[in-house]
Amino acid sequence: MSQAEDHDGTRRDFLYYATAGAGVVATGAAVWPLINQMNPSADVQALSSILVDTSSIEVGTQITVKWRGKPVFLRRRSAEEIEDARSVDPASLPDNDARNANITAGADGADENRTLDEAGEWLVMMGVCTHLGCVPLNDAGDYVGPGGIGGWFCPCHGSHYDTAGRIRKGPAPENLPVPTAAFFDDTTIQLG
Amino acid sequence: MAGIPHDHYEPKTGAEKWVNNRLGIIGLVYDTLMIPTPKNLNWMWIWGIVLAFCLGLQIVTGIILVMHYTPHVDLAFASIEHIMRNVNGGHFLRYLHMNGASLFFLAVYLHIFRGLYYGSYKTPREITWIIGILIYVLMMGTAFMGYVLPWGQMSFWGATVITGLFGAIPFIGEPIQTWLLGGPAVDNATLNRFFSLHYLLPFIIAGLTIVHIWAFHTTGNNNPTGVDVRRESKEIAKKDTLPFWPYFVIKDFFALALILVVFFAVVGFMPNYLGHPDNYIEANPLATPAHIVPEWYFLPFYAILRAFTADVWIVMFTNWITFGIVDAKFFGVIAMFGAIIVWALVPWLDTSSVRSGRYRPTFKWWFAIYCVDFVVLTWVGAMPAEGIYPYIALAGATYWFAFFLVILPLLGVLEKPAPQPETIEADFNAHYGKPSGDAAATPAE
Repeated sequence: MSQAEDHDGTRRDFLYYATAGAGVVATGAAVWPLINQMNPSADVQALSSILVDTSSIEVGTQITVKWRGKPVFLRRRSAEEIEDARSVDPASLPDNDARNANITAGADGADENRTLDEAGEWLVMMGVCTHLGCVPLNDAGDYVGPGGIGGWFCPCHGSHYDTAGRIRKGPAPENLPVPTAAFFDDTTIQLG
Repeated sequence: MAGIPHDHYEPKTGAEKWVNNRLGIIGLVYDTLMIPTPKNLNWMWIWGIVLAFCLGLQIVTGIILVMHYTPHVDLAFASIEHIMRNVNGGHFLRYLHMNGASLFFLAVYLHIFRGLYYGSYKTPREITWIIGILIYVLMMGTAFMGYVLPWGQMSFWGATVITGLFGAIPFIGEPIQTWLLGGPAVDNATLNRFFSLHYLLPFIIAGLTIVHIWAFHTTGNNNPTGVDVRRESKEIAKKDTLPFWPYFVIKDFFALALILVVFFAVVGFMPNYLGHPDNYIEANPLATPAHIVPEWYFLPFYAILRAFTADVWIVMFTNWITFGIVDAKFFGVIAMFGAIIVWALVPWLDTSSVRSGRYRPTFKWWFAIYCVDFVVLTWVGAMPAEGIYPYIALAGATYWFAFFLVILPLLGVLEKPAPQPETIEADFNAHYGKPSGDAAATPAE
């Protein structure tokens, strides 16, 4: 619309685009707080870490605690469950990634890379199905590992996890993630 | 406004003239109510008035429920029980609102399938159709958020699953999900914003409804023959049409009265038949109900969401061709939204120049199968994702897309349509016989 010789036109065009540009920036600046208010508020963002007393957990049982609004499974696995999880070739897993926040990213999905201790007795992971976020149930569903023991089953869309919380069957794409966790003392685990 | 020629409003009394010179509202209402309407409309053309009634019912009962409801995670469930037990007539108002949603969706599905069969989406009614689909999508959002408000187990876990759909979007999914929820999980922030939007959206739906009606008042109604009303003159148009008031208003109200008899029987005697007992258990973030099922009106789309698991070849192929960006989870989400998008695109997917399915002998059969498909998907969506059910869901979902993306485009080319009547008048006379007196009766004003 502008012509090189038409100085008035060029000047008018400049003002036109400058005004439009300022209008766009002003509108964006005005809309952004209206959108950003929906992001997590300060109290929600205040990331907490919690201590979980594990002294009452018997071998072969688990507890579920709520941490950052979501359930966390703390399971003290039996020898059979450990054996079942360790007899699997990691290469055969649908998701061969440890998904463990406590070790280097990209480690393979071997059972040793998932547990809190080297013996593999303590398995701590988010109780949130990686499909659409339901809480999987322990000891349900029709999948069993090589040792004949099943792990977790998500009742929403039928995802099956083994005794190491790794996805084995169903729509979920990833293993149940292991959150930041460590032994605080012999009978306490710190989450976060 | 273009459209069928008809008599426009002329103010007669002094008072009418006084108003009309200042605000054209009487003329607007008059022209809207007196719109020439094809006189051969059958009983499938009553769902519009049922839908208008439902919107009104939901807004009125909803505003009343808000007078007693508290949107807070600690108090919401208790406030619903307060409505059910203490508020005068509260249980009935809440049951009206709950079952009103079901009637709303029943009517909208029949309304949509009416449009699909009689080609109401075809030119020149594409905008009417698209606005209609927009209204339907907003209805889904409103119903979903409304279902979260009682803060029962199904409320909580339904919200978790559905907001999880957005988390499936590659790269930006998780920030979007967190933004929608206002935190890492469904919590008080989620409940509050859903309450706000559940209150807002019905008014946007009301606005879009006006645009929807405006659009088909511009083009004129479709009718069971799909043949256009003759528009050469008022006299000729009158041979094909009757004014909306009183002829169609009375017919629609008669149908509405019959439907409401059944509706009130359900509200009065089996108000929880369409609900889930789990929603009378307060929300618990640490335990998922054994079997999460959405409300019945979402089941076909829920079945499509679940149908595409990682072992289906098209999912594996898509995963490979996109270098793993589109996984089974995201594929399911795309399929579910895609099932609605093909509805929106049907004016361009259907290549047949014949509007009404009545004169499309092959289309009739494929359409019948599509109706069965819809019912089967509704049924299988309520079943657990085990055994034979995922295969049925996959077959049903496949037919859904095949119908819109393959069958409808091809039929327009391959099918030999049956002869259509010359005019609406000819069709009307063939059904009801030639009237003895003047066909175009004067409307009683």
